Amino acid sequence: MNVLTKKSEFRGGKLSTGSALPAPGRICNEGQRTIRAGFIPLVDAAVLIAAAEFGFAQREGITLELVKDVSWANVRDRLAFRQFDIAHMLSPMPVAARLGLGSNPSPTIAPFSLGRGGNAITLSTRIYGLMEEEGRLGGAADPLRNARALAAVVRSAAAAGKPPLTLGVTYPFSSHNYELRYWLAAGGIDPDRDVKLVVVPPPMTSDALSAGAIDGFCVGAPWNMIASERGVGRIVATKQDIWPSAPEKVIGMRPEWAEAKPDTVSRLIVALDRAARWSDVPENRARLAEVLAEDRHLGAPVDIIRRVLAGEFTIDPEGNRRVVENYFVFHAGFANFPRPSQALWIYSQMVRWGQTTLSREGFEASVSAYRPDLYRGALGKDALPADADSSSLEGATDGDRFIDGHVFDPDRIEDYIKSFTVFGKDGVQTPVDDV
Amino acid sequence: MTHFDLTILVIDENAIRASIIEEGLREAGHGKVTVIHEVHGVARIIETLQPDVIVIDIENPNRDMMEHLFQLTRTVGRPIAMFVDRSDSAAIEAAVEAGVSAYIVDGLRKERVKPILDMAVSRFKAFSRLQRELADAKSALEERKLVERAKGILMKMRGFSEEEAFTLLRQTAMNEKKKIAEIAQSVVTAAGLLIR
Repeated sequence: MNVLTKKSEFRGGKLSTGSALPAPGRICNEGQRTIRAGFIPLVDAAVLIAAAEFGFAQREGITLELVKDVSWANVRDRLAFRQFDIAHMLSPMPVAARLGLGSNPSPTIAPFSLGRGGNAITLSTRIYGLMEEEGRLGGAADPLRNARALAAVVRSAAAAGKPPLTLGVTYPFSSHNYELRYWLAAGGIDPDRDVKLVVVPPPMTSDALSAGAIDGFCVGAPWNMIASERGVGRIVATKQDIWPSAPEKVIGMRPEWAEAKPDTVSRLIVALDRAARWSDVPENRARLAEVLAEDRHLGAPVDIIRRVLAGEFTIDPEGNRRVVENYFVFHAGFANFPRPSQALWIYSQMVRWGQTTLSREGFEASVSAYRPDLYRGALGKDALPADADSSSLEGATDGDRFIDGHVFDPDRIEDYIKSFTVFGKDGVQTPVDDV
Repeated sequence: MTHFDLTILVIDENAIRASIIEEGLREAGHGKVTVIHEVHGVARIIETLQPDVIVIDIENPNRDMMEHLFQLTRTVGRPIAMFVDRSDSAAIEAAVEAGVSAYIVDGLRKERVKPILDMAVSRFKAFSRLQRELADAKSALEERKLVERAKGILMKMRGFSEEEAFTLLRQTAMNEKKKIAEIAQSVVTAAGLLIR
């Protein structure tokens, strides 16, 4: 059964970016244009925070009221139950919602991506030491070799009858979960059998690492850097290494809210677009870092945020540095365009790891979670990538490779999933324990 | 069948609030109530307890951990977040505002769960009211202490009687449209800078 191989079936349909109609006229019948926006204190909320703080929202005649929250489950529920109009969300969350996954799936759409980058994988200094003993380390320059070295450590531990390593992610439907699994699998580690995956709230990661409750984690900035600066962990791979184009966070909203307030949505997208362009300018990063550091936003040291934005990593307790080019991209390279093919890549990973099954309905539900038509409606044709109207390949060009060299063709999801040697077995999930 | 046989797990890092809820549940006739204050080891507790309802405070970042657990454990049935009846938006808003979230095993009839949630919501509210009152009382006490100290300073430095000192503080507060405690604070700060 290969349900999804016919290109023509999806061309010009859901995958297209909609009609070429311009943005709806700026009519003033949508009442107060105050938008309540939920966010989690992370550097990748920068575009949303910049839109509210540096006048971009105001210029479009809208007011962004930012509300800080503590968990993705809260963000999801408060969006569903109208406490928030929009929210800073993990890129897989709208896809999961559309697929009916999770404990409170409620229709959510993403008309705007908040950019790329920010994630990294950190392992405890103890595990890193064991990897060094295995003698096959690639250092910062070769994250794939690091994964293979970890695989050797995992095998030795299993042979010696030791309990499996415990690794932390942030949420079951998170870029971190899929990226960590991707990296592990690329190194030959089965994330469901060879190690134990648990969820750890990002602010607790470095404490959990130093206490030995977990052996490593994949989370967003600035938590990897904080663990590394504290000398409790080593950064072994960044998102750039695993897949540079991976969408990180998106703006999520309820579809009926978007339908009822097309003008507000359009203004919001314009404000976010301007804020994203501004946030990409290196000269603006110092001011951005200052505002992000404030207690009402991230409440983290400004010098760490500045370095995180610049991609300057202290990768080990000895203070060795690595600068990751484009560690944070807020706008360049069409980073804000909500590509349906990326929603489908997320779907492919959900299928790969047994969170859902491959079906025509699932495919269409995933595509409908991302709304390039709203993006285009607000910003016009010029804001779109050249291949916006086709189901583009992912990981097929230089500078945008997956760590294992696979290429994702959204029209051949089943073949893509089968091409991996490590994948979840028919949705069989092993119960996990908490930390 | 009554509602009394429901197994309820309360997870709240705030031990006082948790005990207030526990008490409420027991008063309402629920005997099978377990309260934990930290999520460490919660997976095993859930597996052995098999709760029908899990009440957890919304400020608890470990909610995401619970979501993960529900994804992967089959033994817990299929817990769903929070709200039994999506159409009951007033109840939902009340719960979120009060800071309660809950998980309910899918399929549980809503009449059985609604009173539990309502009770949790009202207890959460009562608790935050209590906290607010306590904070107010504390700051009132702090302010009174501050005014006492400022009066003492004025009496000592300017030879005022207690009443004169207080009148000066009050008059200055009125002139500057500030609270008397703020003026008292300035006096105390200034004295700290000037004396010794």
